[in-house]
Amino acid sequence: MKIAVCVKQVPDTWAEKTLSAEDSTLDRAAADGVLNELDEYAVEEALQLAEAHGGEVTVVSMGPERAAETVRKALSMGADAGIHIVDDSLHGSDAIATSAVLAAALAGKGFDLIVFGSESTDARMSVIPAMVAERLGIAQLTFAQRVSVSGSDVTIERVTDYGFDTVKGSTPAVISVVEKINEPRYPSFKGIMAAKKKPVDTVTVADLGLEAATVGQAAAWSAVQDFAARPPKPAGTVVTDEGDGGSRIAAYLTEQKFI
Amino acid sequence: MTTVLVLAERDSSNGTVKKTTLELLTLARRLGEPQVVWFGDQGSEAASVLGEYGASAVHVVQGQDMADHPVVPIVDVLQALVTELDATAVLVPSSADGKEAAGRLAVRIGSGVITDAVDISESGVATQSVFGGSTVVHSTVTHGIGIYTVRPNSVAPEPAPTTCDVVDVDTTASEAAKTARVVERTVAGKGGRPELTEAAVVVSGGRGVGGAEGFEVIEKLADSLGAAVGASRAATDAGWYPHQYQVGQTGKTVSPQLYIANGISGAIQHRAGMQTSKVVVVVNKDAEAPLFELADFGVVGDLFEVVPQLTDEIDSRSN
Repeated sequence: MKIAVCVKQVPDTWAEKTLSAEDSTLDRAAADGVLNELDEYAVEEALQLAEAHGGEVTVVSMGPERAAETVRKALSMGADAGIHIVDDSLHGSDAIATSAVLAAALAGKGFDLIVFGSESTDARMSVIPAMVAERLGIAQLTFAQRVSVSGSDVTIERVTDYGFDTVKGSTPAVISVVEKINEPRYPSFKGIMAAKKKPVDTVTVADLGLEAATVGQAAAWSAVQDFAARPPKPAGTVVTDEGDGGSRIAAYLTEQKFI
Repeated sequence: MTTVLVLAERDSSNGTVKKTTLELLTLARRLGEPQVVWFGDQGSEAASVLGEYGASAVHVVQGQDMADHPVVPIVDVLQALVTELDATAVLVPSSADGKEAAGRLAVRIGSGVITDAVDISESGVATQSVFGGSTVVHSTVTHGIGIYTVRPNSVAPEPAPTTCDVVDVDTTASEAAKTARVVERTVAGKGGRPELTEAAVVVSGGRGVGGAEGFEVIEKLADSLGAAVGASRAATDAGWYPHQYQVGQTGKTVSPQLYIANGISGAIQHRAGMQTSKVVVVVNKDAEAPLFELADFGVVGDLFEVVPQLTDEIDSRSN
């Protein structure tokens, strides 16, 4: 089985994120770049599927030069090869262009499964897996808390507000995973050393047969007009419980007309 | 007047119109004349409620064939109606289905898409609250028609009564829809409480709750207020509370009128999911817990003392 896992480099989950004053895009220089947390679960799921059914895992990432670290991180967890799409023209791409680039990189390579994390912790749109499925015309099996594969049948449990839906499709398919699906492994020292020797293809927008003018900020179909930091909240009242803490909250909630 | 399409969201337990749909209609009226897309039965019953909030028509899509496939049938119907009605905007709820349908529709019809809007102006400028609410962004769609997903609790529903026609949509599942099929629906949540992202009041627990059994005091407080229960990542990772109730960067984003956080220290991970709540109450043993910075009212104390006392007070006041 040929499995692709799409990953994104994002600012560290624990860091304050900001937009750049210059062009209203994510200020990537302001924080350390890490493998998007939900993508770790995608990598783990891809590795487990390859271990169970045989096959190869290819990491695919679109991002600036330093996103190469993120590709290596996934390789150090155990993926076999990488594709890094890096091109200055991609800066500021919207989800529409990003999905077009990923679809172009994935198409025609014979991947049976294309695995994503269900969202990135920076943009948080949760649309890329569905958009890629739309573009490739293959099954969309997303928000999975469980994935099972038998031959060409793929069954997932799609998380819903009321529980989950069991959804069936067949390969080739796009899968996205939620964090409760597994426990991502830590790269071992051996894995980290091995990752340095694994093949990573660096490809440009032109290599994918796309026009540079169709990607990036100028080609985006939505635009930021302005942005501002949320004004800090005025300090509230904090009291120490002296046996009446619950009553004091009740009094506050009454005053605020909640009760 | 131009047409704006609104995808209805329905209560998963009884199939009635959800409040989020009325919120969408309230925003949609600023952009044009709303018409609703309704999947499943009870469409004619829903029409009276939808009409009260300004929908001039409800397009009812029935049939098991359409219900059995995730997301794609929504895209197929929205695409057909955008063309047929020459719609200038599409508003859908910021649910998993809604966001995915919006994304696919944007690709299909060649339009920009804005997710998680918390407001939309008459001229179509969307307000988004990003990076866990730390930054407020105004954006517009610059190509095609405006496709927006809107977060629950973004706007108060305002009635604007009109006559709502019921239009049956006669269609069957497309080849694209048939690539995935729902074979079973499993109800696994803790029933009887409002849905977390839509609740007016959320009571949540974190590491300080100490274990699964500790959530009993959180649930009791929630029930006294008719609130939803949330949990921090520390609590869901430890298996004390089901994962789908996680509030935070890797979980749900909530924006209720009142958020009561118990035993949650307030790392960015958690704040990202709740800091746009209107009123925040914090209970924590540790006076240094960063969440106190967001508190409108905070109590430094043992939640197992404070929370039951609060619950008793609420119960006695409501009796």
